[in-house]
Amino acid sequence: MSEASSYLAETELELGLGLSIGGPTGKINKASGRILTAKDFPVPRRASMNGGTPPSVTVSGTKRAADQSVPHDGGSPTATSQVVGWPPIRSYRMNSLVNNNQAKAPRAEEEHKGINEEEEEEEEDKAIKDGSKQKKPNENLGHIGFIKVNMDGIRIGRKVDLNAHSSYHSLASALENMFLRSAGAEKQQLTMPSKLLDGSSEFVLTYEDKEGDWMLVGDVPWMMFLTSVRRLRIMKTSELRDSTKGTELKEVN
Amino acid sequence: MHKKMAFSFPDEVLEHVFSFIQSDKDRNAVSMVCKSWYEIERWCRRKVFVGNCYAVSPRMVIRRFPEFRSIELKGKPHFADFNLVPDGWGGYVFPWIAEMAGAYPWLEEIRLKRMVVTDESLELIAKSFKNFKVLVLSSCEGFSTDGLAAIAASCKNLKELDLRDCEVDDLSAHWLSHFPETYTSLVSLNISCLGSDEASFSALERLVRRCTNLKTLRLNRAVPLDKIANILRHAPQLVEFGTGTYTADVRPDVYSDLAGVLSSCKELKSLSGFWDVIPDYLPAIYPVCSKLTSLNLSYATIQSPDLIKLVSHCPNLQRLLVLDYIEDSGLEVLASSCKDLQELRVFPSDPFGAEPNVSLTEQGLVAVSLGCPKLQSVLYFCRRMSNEALVTIARSRPNFTRFRLCIIEPKTADYLTLEPLDVGFGAIVQYCKDLRRLSLSGLLTDRVFEYIGTYAKKLEMLSVAFAGDSDLGLHHVLSGCESLRKLEIRDCPFGDKALLANAAKLETMRSLWISSCAVSFAACKLLGQKMPRLNVEVIDERGPPDSRPENCPVDKLYIYRSIAGPRFDMPPFVWTMDEDSGLRLS
Repeated sequence: MSEASSYLAETELELGLGLSIGGPTGKINKASGRILTAKDFPVPRRASMNGGTPPSVTVSGTKRAADQSVPHDGGSPTATSQVVGWPPIRSYRMNSLVNNNQAKAPRAEEEHKGINEEEEEEEEDKAIKDGSKQKKPNENLGHIGFIKVNMDGIRIGRKVDLNAHSSYHSLASALENMFLRSAGAEKQQLTMPSKLLDGSSEFVLTYEDKEGDWMLVGDVPWMMFLTSVRRLRIMKTSELRDSTKGTELKEVN
Repeated sequence: MHKKMAFSFPDEVLEHVFSFIQSDKDRNAVSMVCKSWYEIERWCRRKVFVGNCYAVSPRMVIRRFPEFRSIELKGKPHFADFNLVPDGWGGYVFPWIAEMAGAYPWLEEIRLKRMVVTDESLELIAKSFKNFKVLVLSSCEGFSTDGLAAIAASCKNLKELDLRDCEVDDLSAHWLSHFPETYTSLVSLNISCLGSDEASFSALERLVRRCTNLKTLRLNRAVPLDKIANILRHAPQLVEFGTGTYTADVRPDVYSDLAGVLSSCKELKSLSGFWDVIPDYLPAIYPVCSKLTSLNLSYATIQSPDLIKLVSHCPNLQRLLVLDYIEDSGLEVLASSCKDLQELRVFPSDPFGAEPNVSLTEQGLVAVSLGCPKLQSVLYFCRRMSNEALVTIARSRPNFTRFRLCIIEPKTADYLTLEPLDVGFGAIVQYCKDLRRLSLSGLLTDRVFEYIGTYAKKLEMLSVAFAGDSDLGLHHVLSGCESLRKLEIRDCPFGDKALLANAAKLETMRSLWISSCAVSFAACKLLGQKMPRLNVEVIDERGPPDSRPENCPVDKLYIYRSIAGPRFDMPPFVWTMDEDSGLRLS
């Protein structure tokens, strides 16, 4: 499935959460609740919240191109079927195993990586340092499962099972249910998608990737997203725009 | 008509006698002897244990026990450990803290397991209890290092801060510096679950230096090996120590520092941590090995030869947690070296691998069972099992009290005979008459449940997954296991019949968890209607259960007895079936 066509379906969505950051021309996408996707931007945007200069476009471009060459064949099967909560190992132990496996055999994975030569070492070093998820794209999906989601303004974070979703649509829908449709009061919000008076979503869905950078969700193919996402943050759009921490996006408004 | 006892002690005498009775079970028994004993006992109970935070309300507890000093609460069902309980289910501690803050300014100890603890709760604890001494949070979540800072800053008499396996939002390592310079009463600190980010070494060092009563110190992964010597130097009195990361450039000075400082810790009995182990640094702990009774190497990715060397230095080992890198050969050495071994846990290093990556089979477990006469508790992950091995294990080790076997691939048959493992587990329950906890795995039919119902009379907790053929299996367990308190089941063909036929049994248990089985919504409603003292919670993230036909199976079902009635803090994907459930949901 080509990248472009995989997003066509998603652009039809009515969602309270949006990735409605304006495109390079500075216009804010007025479609209510639409997930803006990579096809709205010529190059991936980095919601670089961690300060410092945003990476150059060329690096991003290379990364993207490199990422695309990773085969995503829908999940190479492992011996155990990927059942939730099986084998019964607690998540902190599971995370430790991932870090161990990664640190142990970075070299052995080289032939599986399929990314640029120049990238390889940089990524390995980073991965070993910050112990992020394993690089083999379709492995460990059995326990990549639950990642943290925080929403601005809500104290308690939640966890979402990425295993249960096969597309951005499904994920965003679930997050909506989780955060916007809580018990009792917010029956109103069920109609939220269409209630966007000023045309821009109140919230933006972002994620922290394995290098610690904050990216807009929807930027990369779903499978690639799965392998690089560490956690999610539903950010107030206003905060994203106002951020002065050296993001390209600030000139977009 | 009141007949006065010919001999009746003054209350103070009875109180004094009761003060020797510590166990919760015994205290409960004492309180049921007669009304006056109930009254006396409730006034002098100092430790309260609530196994299910929703079984009773904080107010009820406070009303009955006006003077307790210590409380232990448990929240989420056990399967929450494996992500089977959706986030947001419940288990909030705040209402308890809020009620106790008003009633018990003198509360000293709080122990929580699988509960949601917020910074707000921690701040309230810090503010409300002037003599607060012990905080143990086990598998809890929802708080950050800010909450910990509040505890550190205000609890002048804090002795124990134990964060076991918690999920903590690591905002800043500097929370440790909130312990005032005048604070010296720390006895036990476990921060092993905190993140891998930079720790506040100098604050940690200063804290350890001034707390001369420190007996337990479990560091987190962020503390590098070369810092450990500095920390340990000030705490030669430690009894339990958890290293941080056990990796460093191999330098002779780091090694000798470490070895030197460890050998001066003459009281050390327990070691843990060992993340990212470099085998070259292992011999540094040999000097303390002979005194070790507990060793947790379950994060240490070292191979069998190094493990064997290490283990053979520890003849007094009672408790070992290790990865399957130890292999059968290592377990054989363990069996011959460690005759005092009581508890063994072997975790898989590569649970999702297509092929076994290590040579660890049922043979290792057999070896340990044969060789260690005191072995009573086992948690073992492996890839193959046989009835023959299980029978051997059962016969040689009838003193098992906890037996948890996880054969990694569901429904794996006996690898020798290709039969189900019914007979093997049957032997376990038949021979191990004091078995209190059992986890099953592998290919199992209803027959294994018949054995369990017949023999496992002391069994209190049973975990079942991918097993059984029909309702008969569940019926055997519910009707036969007299001591059953907790039952958790997933992915089994158990349905309405057994559940409804044994409804009364459920009131004698703490809780029952059933997920991905065949229990219909109709049965849940019926159960809720008929059993007012049970909370029947349907957990279903697909949407309201009444949006589907009644005979549709529910996704997850959690049933627990309660005198507090249905709870009010449920998320949108949980429904309680109660007397009006028929009316309310239509």
